[in-house]
Amino acid sequence: MLGIEGLSPEAISGLLDLSESYIDQNRSIDKRRDLLAGRTVINLFFENSTRTRTSFEVAAKRLGADVINMDVATSSVRKGETLLDTAMTLNAMRPDAIVVRHSESGAVNLLSQKVNCTVINAGDGQHEHPTQALLDALTIRRRRGRLEGLLVAICGDIMHSRVARSNIHLLQIMGARVRVVGPPTLMPTDIDKMGVEVHYGMKTGLKDVDIVMMLRLQTERMQGSFVPSISEYYRFFGLDSEKLRAARPDALIMHPGPMNRGVEIDSEVADDLDRSVIHEQVEMGVAVRMACLDALIGGRRNAMGAAA
Amino acid sequence: MSGNIVHGVPPHAGSTAYINAHIIDPTANSDYIGAILISDGKIADFGPNLFVSGAPYGIQSVDCRGLYLAPGIVDTRVHTGEPGEEHKETLSSAGIAAAAGGVTSMVLLPDNEPPFDDASLIEFVARRARQVKLANMYAFGALTAGLEGKELSEMGLLAEAGAVGFTDADHAVGNAQVMRRALYYAKAFDAVIVHLPQEPTLSGGHMSSGVMATRLGLSGNPPLAEVMMVERDIRLVEMTGGRLHLAKISTAESVKVIAAAKARGLRITCDTAAPYFALNDLAVGDYRTFGKLVPPLRSEADREAVVEGVRSGVIDAIVSDHRPQDQDSKRVPFAQAEPGGIGLETLLPVSLELVHNGHLTLPQLFQRLSSTPAQLFNLPGGKLAKGAPADLVLFDTSYAWKIDRADIWSKTKNSPFDERPVQGKVAATIVGGRAIYRDDDFMPAVAA
Repeated sequence: MLGIEGLSPEAISGLLDLSESYIDQNRSIDKRRDLLAGRTVINLFFENSTRTRTSFEVAAKRLGADVINMDVATSSVRKGETLLDTAMTLNAMRPDAIVVRHSESGAVNLLSQKVNCTVINAGDGQHEHPTQALLDALTIRRRRGRLEGLLVAICGDIMHSRVARSNIHLLQIMGARVRVVGPPTLMPTDIDKMGVEVHYGMKTGLKDVDIVMMLRLQTERMQGSFVPSISEYYRFFGLDSEKLRAARPDALIMHPGPMNRGVEIDSEVADDLDRSVIHEQVEMGVAVRMACLDALIGGRRNAMGAAA
Repeated sequence: MSGNIVHGVPPHAGSTAYINAHIIDPTANSDYIGAILISDGKIADFGPNLFVSGAPYGIQSVDCRGLYLAPGIVDTRVHTGEPGEEHKETLSSAGIAAAAGGVTSMVLLPDNEPPFDDASLIEFVARRARQVKLANMYAFGALTAGLEGKELSEMGLLAEAGAVGFTDADHAVGNAQVMRRALYYAKAFDAVIVHLPQEPTLSGGHMSSGVMATRLGLSGNPPLAEVMMVERDIRLVEMTGGRLHLAKISTAESVKVIAAAKARGLRITCDTAAPYFALNDLAVGDYRTFGKLVPPLRSEADREAVVEGVRSGVIDAIVSDHRPQDQDSKRVPFAQAEPGGIGLETLLPVSLELVHNGHLTLPQLFQRLSSTPAQLFNLPGGKLAKGAPADLVLFDTSYAWKIDRADIWSKTKNSPFDERPVQGKVAATIVGGRAIYRDDDFMPAVAA
C-alpha cells in the first residue's frame, strides 16, 4: 500500500469496514488474536515518528505478528548503505510486510520495486501518508455516519503535508468536498487543479464546514521564509474558538499530531471534549493499521484486492 | 544490436565515392539524389550530377542505395566523466556513443573534476581525442574559476589552448556583475559565452512546478526561473555588445522573449536539448529519475512552444545534453537523484520526429543539428563544401524500432527516452573520411 491516489471507493470502504471490526477488539480486555501468527512485520523508519511507529507496532502485535523495529540511527544507512541495499538486505530475511517511513517523496515506491513482500507507506516526504487518511476517514465516518457530501477544511501548512495530499485524494474519492486553507506561501503550485477550493483566510475557509482538519506547521521542512513569525501565523491561521465560530456548530476538530499548541491550534479547542476528536484519531489509527495488515498479509486477499 | 564500432581505422587516403545517396545539404537548404567524393579525408566533390553512371575505375565506391547522407551531427553539449568520474563515461565510451549516434563532432562541457578552468585540461581533451580516434572532440572552457560564478576564468589562455567558447555548464551565473564583465571581457577574444538561464534562487526544485509536482510531493522549479534570467541576460548583451548563446531553452515564455530580442538585432542565439521538444513533465511520473534533468521537463504547453521555436528558427540549434549517470546516482529517491540523461545515441532518431510530424524538412533539421552549431562555435564540420572535412552521417528515416537501454553503447544507461518507439536509424558514421560506425542491416557494403 503506497498511497490513496488510485484506490477505488469500494477498496476504501472495505478497509474502513474491516477497521470497524477491530475497534471492539481493541476496547476489550483480551486484545490479542493470532491471525498473523508466524508473520514478520518490519517497521523501517528513516524518519523519527514515535506515534506512527508505535501505532503500527501495537497493530501488528495485536494480530499476533512478530514485529521488528529498525531504527535508522543505529542502522547501516548511516554507514553509507543505500536505501535499496537496505531494502534488499531486509527482503532477504523474508518478512511478510515492511512498514516504511522516509523523508523523501517517492522513496517508498522505489523501495517497493526492490522487495517481494508487502510494503506499507507510513509516510514518504511530502507525498502520501495513506493510513493517516484512512484513520481520519474512519473517525469522521463513525461520528457523522458518512463521508459523502461533507464539507472538509484542511488548514495550515498544505505545501509540506503528505497528510493533506492523502486526505484530499481520499475525501474526494469518497464524495466529500475539500477546502484547503492557509497562507499562499504554504500552498503548493496548482493545488486547485486537484479539485479543491483554495482559501487564504480562516474566516471564509471555515465557513459552514463539517470538519476542520488542522495540520502541523512543519518548520523542519522549511527552507527560507514561508511565514514571518510563529505569533503572526497563530494570529491569522491558528485555530481558536473565535475562528471556529465560522464553522458549523457541530464541526469536528481534527489534528494528525503531534500538535504545536499555540502555533496552529489553541489548547481550548484542542481539548474541547465535545468537538475535538484528536484522541479518537489515535485510537482509530491502531484499528486502521490492523485492518491494513489483515487485508494485505492476513491471507484474506479477497477483502481488498484493489488496494493490495 | 546490429551496429559495429570500427576501431583503429587509419587516416583516410585515396578516394572514396558515396554514390546513389539522398544528399542533405543544410547550408544550401536542399536535398537531392547524388554522390559525394571523398579524397584524403576531405570532401573533394559532391552534387546531383556526380558519378551518375557509376564511379570511375580506381575509385572505391559505396552504393548508398537511396539512404540519406548529411553532414555529421555537431553536438555542442556533451558531458563525460573523464576526467573525474570515469566510472560513468570515458572520452572513449562517449566517442563510441557518438559514433553510434551519427555525431561526428562534440563539444564537451567543462564541469568535470577538475573543471576545465585551466588550459592544460583543454589540451588534455585534444590529446585524448587523438588517441580515441572516433568523433572530433572540442571543449568549452569554464566561464568562471571553479565554475563558482565569482571570478572570471583565464579566457584568453583557455581560448589559445583551443576552448571553443565559455560556460559554467549547468551552473547559472547568478551574479549580474560577473556576467556583465564576462560578456565585456570575452569581446577581446571574440568568444561566445554559453549560459544556462536559471535564476538560482528560484530553481532549487526537483521538477517543474505544477500540479504534477504537487501530487508527487516534490518541490518545484517554476518556468519563471528561466525567463527571468533570459531577460536579464538580454539586457546585459544590450549593454555590453557581448556574444551570448543561451542553452537548453525549455519554456514558452523564453522562446517569446528571445524572439523579440533577435528581432531587435541583438547578438543572441540559443539551443534546446532533445528532451524539451520530445518530453513533458509526465515523464517523471511515478518518480522516474531518468526524467530528472536540468532544467526540469516542463508542461505540454511549454514543449509545444519549444517545438514551434525550433521550427521557426528562434531556437537555432539542437543538442543532446548528454550527461551519464550511474545506478548509484539514479536508483535513489527522486530528490536525491543526480539530474541528467544520456543522449548521443538517441539524438538523431528523436529529432527525426520533428520531420515525421511535419515541423521541419530534413535540410532544416540538419541546420539545427549540424551546420548552425558548427558556425556558432566556428568548428570545421557541419557542411558540404569542397575541402571541408568529410564528416558525414548516413541514415534511414523509416526504420521503426524501440530505444532500449540494453542496446545502448554509452557506459551508463540513463536515457530519458528508454522504451520510446522511434523511426529512423544511423546506418554509418564517417569522420574525416573514415567509417567509424556502420550498421550491417543497412550497409553491408560500407568499407572501413
